[in-house]
Amino acid sequence: MYLARLKLVLLVLVGTLIGIACYAFVYAKGYSYLVNDPSACANCHAMNEQYSGWIKSSHHSAATCNDCHTPHNFLGKYAVKASNGFFHSFYFTTGKYPDTIQITKFDREVVEGACRHCHAAITQAIDGNNVHGTAEGIHCTRCHLSVGHSESSAVLQLPQHLRRIHERQ
Amino acid sequence: MSDNNGTEKKPRRFLIVTIVLAAVAAFAVTALLINIFERKQEARNPFYRVVELNDTVDDPAVWGKNFPMQYDLYMGTTDMQRTKYGGSEAEPRTPTQADPRSVVARSKLEQDPRLKTMWAGYAFSKDYRERRGHAYMLADQTFTERQQFNPPGACLNCHASMVTIYNQLGNGDRNKGFQAINHMKYAEARQYAKHPIACIDCHDPQNMQLRVTRPAFIEGIKTLKASQGVADYDVNRYATRQEMRSYVCGQCHVTYYFKPPDKTLTFPWTKGLTVENIIAHLDEGKIKEWEHPDTGAAMIKARHPEFEVWNMGVHARSGVACADCHMPYTRMGGLKISDHHVNSPLLKINRSCQTCHHFSEEELKARAEEIQDRFFTLRNTALDALMDLIGDIKANKNKATPEQLAKARDYQRHGQYMIDFIMSENSMGFHAPQEAERILGSAINQCRLGQLALHGGPEPSHTPAGIAEAPDKGALAGPEKTNH
Repeated sequence: MYLARLKLVLLVLVGTLIGIACYAFVYAKGYSYLVNDPSACANCHAMNEQYSGWIKSSHHSAATCNDCHTPHNFLGKYAVKASNGFFHSFYFTTGKYPDTIQITKFDREVVEGACRHCHAAITQAIDGNNVHGTAEGIHCTRCHLSVGHSESSAVLQLPQHLRRIHERQ
Repeated sequence: MSDNNGTEKKPRRFLIVTIVLAAVAAFAVTALLINIFERKQEARNPFYRVVELNDTVDDPAVWGKNFPMQYDLYMGTTDMQRTKYGGSEAEPRTPTQADPRSVVARSKLEQDPRLKTMWAGYAFSKDYRERRGHAYMLADQTFTERQQFNPPGACLNCHASMVTIYNQLGNGDRNKGFQAINHMKYAEARQYAKHPIACIDCHDPQNMQLRVTRPAFIEGIKTLKASQGVADYDVNRYATRQEMRSYVCGQCHVTYYFKPPDKTLTFPWTKGLTVENIIAHLDEGKIKEWEHPDTGAAMIKARHPEFEVWNMGVHARSGVACADCHMPYTRMGGLKISDHHVNSPLLKINRSCQTCHHFSEEELKARAEEIQDRFFTLRNTALDALMDLIGDIKANKNKATPEQLAKARDYQRHGQYMIDFIMSENSMGFHAPQEAERILGSAINQCRLGQLALHGGPEPSHTPAGIAEAPDKGALAGPEKTNH
């Protein structure tokens, strides 16, 4: 009798925990991270600039966040999503991240792989080139920095500036 | 019985452990839930109008009730953190009756005695120190030993919150109030001043938009625009928001002089913003701020032309404003606000430089300091050349012909102004590295030509780039607008 009552209390407690956890999951829009919608990456405000930069970028019509920032295979994609998801949540919760967020070395490699996946024909041709192909530390984004999302105000002003030089000539 | 007890104990222990684990997990999940809730709240824009603001409220603490985060950051300018060549800094001193400050910045004159020779006979040879944060501007001016020279009231234009003072003295007309201050001596004007630069000096109290409140800048930029064919330029009407993020700083971080006959505070921009343009303006007005006692040359003094020099650099050309680097966006909870703790970008590289430059903080700092190191080396060469010229004129005052002496003095006037201009500019060459080195190169040339002229040496084999022939017209850089 006593044991049965204790079991009931336990079940209620565990049930409550599951309930709170489910609510937290829904409230934090946890489900949105399982699909491909880029707005999920701006759920928390840390990536607002990147998201709005992407909307204005040349890749907007061709690629979403996941297309560039996760590997192009099922297992790799969800492994990177899980790892980034955990660490982003961790640093966002503790608030310990730089104001101007920086990509990690690992994630830069992921992006590089994604560039090379879609632009295979041209990147393979570059690899054969003995200047750029053999240079160390060359990444597509080292030069093509703003194709995905250019969030800085100065870069956004560049076309205006170039127009000015153009008018002078 | 004992068996029964044993089987009953095991599930009981299991139950207790499970309950404890569940409680810990529930605790953690609830904490996370509350954290998510808080982060969501932060992302909203909480603005509460606690007090009514208008142009009579000069106390930044009152504005701070509506804008507590900006106010907190603004109060941060009391910091004393150095960079390699600047930042804000502090040295302890024993307070006296006349000067109650217990902390001051280092004396530049003690660090480099050449400056005393350079400014001999002028107030700056008595007291000239490293800069400190905005919070100290009024106190540091009130108690500088340069006060012994009875400076004009116009000095206050950039060392105090002036909007209410100008309004009060001019009966609502800031320009009239400015003229009134121009006619006063510092000691008289000082009694009106209550705060160092405050919210009201850059912001419209109704809508918080940036605005230019200093008549000297309004007039200065009007004459500059007029020289470029734009008539009747009204900065508060025509400037873009991005331009304003530099113009509000340019109200004070510029060179100036007191224009005779009534000593009006004036920005010498009628010919452009390059150092040659400015010298040409001062020469045309036959401005003489003091006579150098060692050489008898008629001297002019340059003052902190950050705005002019920034304008010659690649950052200005790319449309980057003062505020982009010195007041970058900073995260406060879920909001991003501009950092009102104005200081060196080298103290906030992530927020200021890395917004555009995708290199590590160490790399970016090393790049900036390399520019500054190079500048510092050439600055020292230029100061040595100036010391040689001053010493040479002093030693040969009685031997040289009046024509030779006049020529050498002219070279000192111009060469020294160039060195002064780029040296009193507070970035150690960073704001426009190439222009800074060009100015120093030209200044060294002026000093050595002065020595040649003094000794009746051979005329230079080429015509040196004259004061009238600036490399460009010194127009304002940055993305151009089409509407005006």
